[in-house]
Amino acid sequence: MAHSEKAKSLGEWFDQRLNTTGFIKVMMTEYWIPKDINFLWAMGMVLAFTFKILLISGIFLLMYYKPDVDMAFDSVNYTIMQEVGYGWLFRHIHGVGASLVFLIIYIHMFTGIYYGSYKRGREMIWLSGMLLLILFSAEAFSGYMLPWGQMSYWAAYVITNIFGGIPLIGDELVVWIRGNFYVADSTLTRFFMLHVLLVPLAILGGIVFHFYTLRIPHVNNQKGEEIDFEEEANKYKADRKKVSKVIPFWPVFMAKDIFVLSVFLFLFFYLTFYHYNFAMDPVNFDPANELKTPAHIYPEWYFLWSYEVLRGFFFDIAGLKAADIGLVAFGFAQIIFALMPWLDRSPTVAPANSRPYFKVWFWLMIVILIILTVYGKLPPTGTNAWVGFYSSVSFILLFLALPFVTTKEIAATNAHKQNGGKH
Amino acid sequence: MKELKIFGVVTFFTLVTYWGVEPLAHSIFHPHVEPADFQFKDLEKITETKGDATKGKEILSQNCVGCHSVEKVGIPAQVDKQTAIDSYGVFPPDLSTAGLIYESNYLANFIKHPTKAGKLEHKYDGVNKFYIMPDYSWMSNEDISSIVEYLKSIAPAKLSNKEVFVDACGRCHSMKYDKLPAVSDVTKVMASTPPDLSMMIRSRGEHYLTTFINDPQKHLHGTAMPRVGLTEEAQKQVITYLEEIGDSKKAEREAIAPYVLGFLGFMIFISLLWKREVWNEVK
Amino acid sequence: MADKNRRAFMGKILAGTAGVAAVASLYAMKRTWDPLPSVVSAGFTTIDLSPLEAGKLSIVKWQGKPVFLLKLTPDIALDVNRDIVIGENRYTVVIGLCTHLGCIPEWREGEKIFHCACHGGQYDAHAKQTFGPPPRPLDIPPFAIQGTSIVLGEEGPEYKKMTAQAKA
Repeated sequence: MAHSEKAKSLGEWFDQRLNTTGFIKVMMTEYWIPKDINFLWAMGMVLAFTFKILLISGIFLLMYYKPDVDMAFDSVNYTIMQEVGYGWLFRHIHGVGASLVFLIIYIHMFTGIYYGSYKRGREMIWLSGMLLLILFSAEAFSGYMLPWGQMSYWAAYVITNIFGGIPLIGDELVVWIRGNFYVADSTLTRFFMLHVLLVPLAILGGIVFHFYTLRIPHVNNQKGEEIDFEEEANKYKADRKKVSKVIPFWPVFMAKDIFVLSVFLFLFFYLTFYHYNFAMDPVNFDPANELKTPAHIYPEWYFLWSYEVLRGFFFDIAGLKAADIGLVAFGFAQIIFALMPWLDRSPTVAPANSRPYFKVWFWLMIVILIILTVYGKLPPTGTNAWVGFYSSVSFILLFLALPFVTTKEIAATNAHKQNGGKH
Repeated sequence: MKELKIFGVVTFFTLVTYWGVEPLAHSIFHPHVEPADFQFKDLEKITETKGDATKGKEILSQNCVGCHSVEKVGIPAQVDKQTAIDSYGVFPPDLSTAGLIYESNYLANFIKHPTKAGKLEHKYDGVNKFYIMPDYSWMSNEDISSIVEYLKSIAPAKLSNKEVFVDACGRCHSMKYDKLPAVSDVTKVMASTPPDLSMMIRSRGEHYLTTFINDPQKHLHGTAMPRVGLTEEAQKQVITYLEEIGDSKKAEREAIAPYVLGFLGFMIFISLLWKREVWNEVK
Repeated sequence: MADKNRRAFMGKILAGTAGVAAVASLYAMKRTWDPLPSVVSAGFTTIDLSPLEAGKLSIVKWQGKPVFLLKLTPDIALDVNRDIVIGENRYTVVIGLCTHLGCIPEWREGEKIFHCACHGGQYDAHAKQTFGPPPRPLDIPPFAIQGTSIVLGEEGPEYKKMTAQAKA
């Protein structure tokens, strides 16, 4: 070891060995965030915290949960819910948290789209975020199977069946995923493994990577303004804090985050105690019965929009089977958001409302997603089926149109500029 | 102010989505049904013809005790449980508490015409398939009234929630989480397996159960579950029992909730103060 | 120069060798998810059809799915694409999951139809859709005839003939 003075304090002792001061500077006190932000910029930390809540509550559930088709339901609904001290609390937190994490993911994601935070050097932030969305979806789907209730069983049945639509290997793939000809014990135990080990590990890695992708291009701001972070940081350090356009992650950015987080936690625990049915479907308190389908099968709310795209195509078109079109559309829906940085041809980084064409596109997308979500739960009969069909088609057309819309927008803004900003 | 406006927009879209996937979807999955009718108004008013308990005792001992026991007054079952299950498929209920838990006029109608009162005529047409208990439609309304009067006169004044459950539901349904098996396995007689009721309070909820127990056909058209004719009080006791077993931590949940939310309210306040303190320096 | 080429070549060899190990382990991992031998052998179920009563539905479980067994009454016309003929008897043997959304239809003996309570789909006694949303008849499971029994899960000549006819 290199020569070092005798440490005068514990902090110094660590500093000599780990360079804690340097580390804290890089990660916290001199990690610069734009000042011109609103509460939506706190969603990242809210997500990180919700994930932590899920991880911790999950650990406590794991100690009593039994991944076996004969024991799973009772281990959750009797042992955990009724016998383990505060077991019910951990389960409610875990169930409500799993639902709310998606609410925040969607808000976080649409914030990114609204402010154009996925382009001009920020593509990797967007892609790593999309990777996290996929991982969280896998985590939610595998976790939903574990209580082995009616919805666990039939959601697993319907969703694993989707892979059967893949040409040539479909049928064998379904059997391979399930480890049986139907959703059985082998299916439960392997999804248990995915839920408690493999996917959470991947999510942890994904979160670290997502944070890392922010370091080089920096966080976007409310106006999409390009900031010289070095210069602004110098202003801040020179005590011109009010003039500087940046703030340090700690304590300034986090001061706001903690406030937003507190508000979020109030909502979180209100739902945990009083209003949990939206996240813990009552149907799932009926034990799984492979010979009795529930009257209505639907996934959790956060999957409804893509589920509706899947089943929106309910009749054959031009010799193509309805199910195959649905599957292709479903695949499209899964990957299309990841392509946002390339579908949006405009180099402008600005809030949607200050972009004449993109503004319309953005709000239309939100409305269509909500329609898909709502109709994804309703029985697909009569008018509902047609609403589902037209909104699925609109969803696809909307994304196919984005390159043209944004290209036109560039032309329109250029013409506007040439006219000297006059109408 | 701008932040509040943004917050309003986010809240609005969240609530619209919530409304669509919860209240709207549920109103379509569970169409509105008429409220529970504890008078069973569709049935004939048999008990309007007054009966007499002493006479009822006599009629009962001539007609009912061949199958039913009335332990309260020392009438034992004629056959043991297993023999009864082997021959009838079910163990005929003891009648000691019938006068308390069943609504009087319903009980009279059940004696007279069990499948009609129980709304089971679609399962047992009386031609090809017979219900386990035969019709007593040959009896006069007065005699039936007298049996009911007698059953009421011997019934206990009060039963525990669990006792009501055992007599009203426990003959077909099990309650695994209270280690209560069903008295008889009626899968064969009813042509369907009655589910375990341990988690019904969570899977169906109090609101649904209130109308369902009162008249199962309202929600599950064609179900093999009979309308059992519980009084409002007895049904409340059954639902309370379901809650005691299936949602045993409800009291604990509701007790700690205000403290947690109060704490978080305080946390919001403190964190707002701290945010202002820190941001004053930069804004 | 020669040295550098040699190093690059050896590097490629090393990467290739490691790649073989990676592929081999992926294959081993894939195999762990294959259905176990006990599961595969449970995929075949032999059922004796002779005790069936004409017009009455029996349900057996095969690969976790309900399979409907229905001996057809003589008044129902023969459907060569759908009926399993054993001697003089004809049977409808289908997977009892509605082809619409997978609910289990009920057999209405009087009307001689299968009715699905979920969305009102109906099928005739051959399990061909006659009303409502079902896109196709109930699926016929792979079967092989052995005397008066059928083996579900095995593709016998009658099954192959039937699927070939259905495609034509």
